[in-house]
Amino acid sequence: MSKNKSISVPIVAEDAKTAAPLFSFHKFDGFFLELGELTRFAGNFFISVIKPPYEFRELMKQCFLIGYQSLSLVAITGFIMGLVLTIQTRPTLARFGAESWIPGMIAVSIVREIGPVITALICAGKVGSGIGAELASMKVTEQIDAMEVSGTNPFKYIVVTRILATTMMIPVLVVFADFVSFIGGYLGVNILGDVGLRFFFTQIFDKLEYNDLLPAMLKTVFFGFSIGLVSTFKGYNSSKGTEGVGLSANAAVVLSSLCIFIIDAIAVQLTSLLTK
Amino acid sequence: MEHKQTDISTDTDVPNKTEAAFIVEIKNLSKSFGENHVLTDISINIKKGENLVVLGKSGSGKSVLIKCLVRLMDADKGSIHLLGNDITHLKDGALNEVRKNIGFLFQSAALYDSMTVNENLKFPLRDIKDKTNTEIDTLVKESLESVGLPDAGSLMPSELSGGMRKRIGLARTMILKPELMLYDEPTTGLDPITSKEISKLILEVQKKLQTTSIIITHDIECARITANRMIIIKDGVCAAEGTYKELAQSEDEWVRSFFE
Repeated sequence: MSKNKSISVPIVAEDAKTAAPLFSFHKFDGFFLELGELTRFAGNFFISVIKPPYEFRELMKQCFLIGYQSLSLVAITGFIMGLVLTIQTRPTLARFGAESWIPGMIAVSIVREIGPVITALICAGKVGSGIGAELASMKVTEQIDAMEVSGTNPFKYIVVTRILATTMMIPVLVVFADFVSFIGGYLGVNILGDVGLRFFFTQIFDKLEYNDLLPAMLKTVFFGFSIGLVSTFKGYNSSKGTEGVGLSANAAVVLSSLCIFIIDAIAVQLTSLLTK
Repeated sequence: MEHKQTDISTDTDVPNKTEAAFIVEIKNLSKSFGENHVLTDISINIKKGENLVVLGKSGSGKSVLIKCLVRLMDADKGSIHLLGNDITHLKDGALNEVRKNIGFLFQSAALYDSMTVNENLKFPLRDIKDKTNTEIDTLVKESLESVGLPDAGSLMPSELSGGMRKRIGLARTMILKPELMLYDEPTTGLDPITSKEISKLILEVQKKLQTTSIIITHDIECARITANRMIIIKDGVCAAEGTYKELAQSEDEWVRSFFE
């Protein structure tokens, strides 16, 4: 007992001397290093995207995989989004006798915010994790090295094509999701009411303005770019063997989703400033 | 015939002996990872048509050596001349042109998982403009036949066994008829019979295409079948060099232990 006491005293004293400060910039070293690497990776993308040769065939393949093969998931999500939004907001609007505002309300909220963000998040989950895992697995099994040794630039072939494909396809998927949401909204309106399809869509397009469409579409381009950039970065720089594949897929989804929210917050601020 | 840090040029059984020129010239190559010195002042010369086997224990730096040769890793010090080009100073475009004359069979075969076997074999031919689709298909077919898998074209890599993957990997690397072939542990993970088949296939490829080969292995049977000359790497330096027979009868117990 006494022995324990005699040992514990100096340890506590030593701990107190060497205790880390509550706040240290060194804690952020990893974050800043990774941010620097990501910036360099993005720089390489912009250089590679300009320089020939161009991998059109692989780009088309990726557009198909990312765009076409995500259609069903985006359609289901969009449909439910429109349907639920209508059903949820109807009682509140009905209390004020403003049921006729439902199509306009759906149009503005879906086109401006819900459509782009939800679709981008869905794609971050489906596409981002897929890209992250695929590239990490290629890295682990030396497929990227094999590509490099065969005289093909793997960055151009794998990374550039995927970033371009997500940048081009996410806006298309968002437009598609918006449209399917309107159909979901139309069905939602008609569960308890009787509204004609033509009237519903006329109401929608009457309420939508140029200021609703352009910023929303622009931000989806950035959403797509960020999903592609982050996912390829995480996959291409994967380490730790097979464990790294899971980690890369996970990090790709988490970081892409975070980027989507950050870009959205910036876009909303910019839009409100510019449209004042 | 053992010595350390040698500029190696031998009089062993090498094809084109009279016209022999150095296809690979490595001078004082060093590579470290932090404090870990993996390769230290390695110098190797390889003649045209020669099969050089590099032996060594796991972690001795064999794979690092072969990766430095094609600049998958950059060496810290030294120079590497491949096919007459100093690749240590080449820019990406020129380096890729040199790489097109080099075949590299990876330990895992590194087949592209998302492509069929046919697409895997066609991949290195993408940039070749002077071949029609029919000619490319014929090349692919010939390559598959030469590795004994004529009907595997439509299969996905996940449907292949370990031995088949190695064969397809070999077919892919030789489709461009490279002058230099690099094999990174070609028989690892295979049963003895398949290992022997792969080793014989390496020899066939070398004879058919008149290639120069560097084979990294710790499979002594593979070394026996394929080697014109061998070097043994220990702690990042060339610890021994000679023919299979010379090294097997070495007075150095450590060298002999590889052959027991």
